Amino acid sequence: MPTNEPFATRLWRYDGAPGELIPLLQSAQEHFGYIPRGAIQHIAGVTGIPESTVYGVITFYNQFRLQPMGRHLIRTCVGTACHVANARMINDTIRDELGIEVGETTPDGLFTHFTVACLGCCSLAPVMMVDEDTHGKLTPASVRKILRKIKREAAQREAAKPAATAAVAKEQP
Amino acid sequence: MIRVLVGMGTCGLSAGARQVMDALRVLVEAHPGTATLGATGCIGMCYREPLVEVREGAVRRVYGEVDPALAAEIFSRHVLGGEVLREHVVWAQEADGGTWGSELDFLGPQVRIVLRNCGLIDPESLDEYESRGGYAGLRKALFALTPAQVIEEVKASGLRGRGGAGFPTGLKWSFAAAQPAGRKYVVCNADEGDPGAFMDRSVLEGDPHAVLEGMIVCARAIGASQGFIYCRAEYPLAVRRLELAIEAARVRGYLGSDILGSGLSFEVKVKQGAGAFVCGEETALFASIEGERGMPRIRPPFPAEKGLWQRPTNNNNVETYANIPWILVNGAAAYAAYGTEKSRGTKVFALAGKVARGGLAEVPMGMPIRDLVMGIGGGIKEGRTFKAVQMGGPSGGCIPAAQADTPVDFESIPKTGAIMGSGGMVVLDDSTCMVELARFFLHFTQDESCGKCTFCRLGTLRLLEILERIVRGEGQEGDEDRLRSLGQQVKEASLCGLGQTAPNPVLSTLRYYPEEYAAHIRDRRCPALACLPLVDFVIDPERCTGCGLCAKSCAVGAISGAVRQPHAIAVATCVRCGRCLATCSFGAIRKA
Repeated sequence: MPTNEPFATRLWRYDGAPGELIPLLQSAQEHFGYIPRGAIQHIAGVTGIPESTVYGVITFYNQFRLQPMGRHLIRTCVGTACHVANARMINDTIRDELGIEVGETTPDGLFTHFTVACLGCCSLAPVMMVDEDTHGKLTPASVRKILRKIKREAAQREAAKPAATAAVAKEQP
Repeated sequence: MIRVLVGMGTCGLSAGARQVMDALRVLVEAHPGTATLGATGCIGMCYREPLVEVREGAVRRVYGEVDPALAAEIFSRHVLGGEVLREHVVWAQEADGGTWGSELDFLGPQVRIVLRNCGLIDPESLDEYESRGGYAGLRKALFALTPAQVIEEVKASGLRGRGGAGFPTGLKWSFAAAQPAGRKYVVCNADEGDPGAFMDRSVLEGDPHAVLEGMIVCARAIGASQGFIYCRAEYPLAVRRLELAIEAARVRGYLGSDILGSGLSFEVKVKQGAGAFVCGEETALFASIEGERGMPRIRPPFPAEKGLWQRPTNNNNVETYANIPWILVNGAAAYAAYGTEKSRGTKVFALAGKVARGGLAEVPMGMPIRDLVMGIGGGIKEGRTFKAVQMGGPSGGCIPAAQADTPVDFESIPKTGAIMGSGGMVVLDDSTCMVELARFFLHFTQDESCGKCTFCRLGTLRLLEILERIVRGEGQEGDEDRLRSLGQQVKEASLCGLGQTAPNPVLSTLRYYPEEYAAHIRDRRCPALACLPLVDFVIDPERCTGCGLCAKSCAVGAISGAVRQPHAIAVATCVRCGRCLATCSFGAIRKA
């Protein structure tokens, strides 16, 4: 069974084979961007695994999220190589620039910031991923530049939608 | 025909290999018949990515730090014009086998067994794997040897588990083989969780069939019918290439029922990990494959007897399996010729941190650390001082520069208080605070402790609390002794490897750097200037332009100065948050 099969198909094909709970949760998260309450109930109903056990598995693993995410996911690497290359300063810069702590989403829903143990490109330390793009050899200045560019582009997209203009103006004083 | 290859591993992609590939594709399509374009895995030279190779038969030219502009130049001058751009060549091989290039020191001392195909073949092509002798080892295991002879061969090679513990692989296989016939499993641990280690990722991305072949040989040896590869979800490219490799192998009869007509039936599934470091521990890994929370179980019974779903299971890591086909083809004696008496063969190390040439290096066991760091690694970045290497990640320890002549093997490294681990080697310079580094690792293991046993769950938390107060400048008299005795207890009383090794970073730094702990606790000072609460921030009036950005960023109003005049920080008001340091674009703020 391919691992990227859509959530609904995967659930529908569930035949009681052991060890399917984590792949089911992974495809639910891929589909919704997080694991909504309804998905937990649905998975529990189909597999016969108690909801409490499903919840226990979700909260055990770092990968699973119970809250929806922002439109852009920032993942800063806090592996050893990045740590000794002062990754903390990168995290502080993001915190100051976006006003959120690690694990939080900005009020406008544009960014969510997570840390990861190691992205495995240690010679580019310090590193962060914004969605699928990896940015290496970061400095506070380059981090600010990357984030501001995304903010600017989002604002431009919003401005292109006439009805939403007022809301954007309020967001960005 | 000329073949142009772009290194498309994760490190290459993050350095911009995709843009280089796109640029080259346009050029190749515009000049039909001149060259073919392909992708390859990681050659290990992460510090010069993106890499582009121009290959004509046996003649190879590898260019480093290629951007789309340089790619266009390489195409017009080298591919079309036949002129080698010598100043950009990092490694080259002539028709007679002679080599040259700016990075010869990096590749020269290496012996590439595990990485034999990485960076050489297209990992998505089974044909290319076969053209390099792929699946010949499996044929030998199926048709020339009995299962017992396969195990004898692996035993004779002296191969020991490359995941860290170093258990003899052949012996492990013989335990699972000795179990009564029935449902048995072969598991590959690809949950490479040590921060700072990426050798398994490179093998999976660069040569997935080597791992598969090793697993199939193991299935033949122990009589297993189902295999699982437990791969980190953070390695999406590795997962995709493994799935492609499994599909290709199945089509060609290397997987499935009655493999190559031998009567052996074996299937492999990829299971994606969900981000829990403890799942690198084999019994926790089994629990995770079974869909449970990844918590370790008490051993015995050992996995060879009761592993996955309570059935006999053999579990090895990626690098171990990748060695197997080479051993079968070239013979146990050829493998055992490398390395030391008790640690045979080669080991892949991931060099990272403050080393000039960071990347993957495969060397014979027993090479002194100094040769790895100062030779292959090219010494320390920015000409700073070599302080220590950290080996084994959060389970390992530090080896100070004074002991850099220690050979890397399973006997010598543990004597220093570090462990071989999976091969992560983070190089540290004089700007690294060892107390802070210990705190960093403890924070990691504390966070990843599954919570099953008290000493790991609470012991690591208490250790972390003590370390946190020390780096905050609130260390108390007797803290070193408290760390030592608590660390020893956590080591002895924890159930699995995570807890048993968690205190290592603390104990090894206490052993080699007691003066740094003393400076933090008694003098309230951080010698490496890394612990912010213990340093003062000063503005260099020569460099300060008076832009005022730092003053604006300061939450407590400790920075003042006239516009366009050098500013100053009031030490008494400063809360040492470090924000001003991050804000300054002129490097005018420094720590003292």
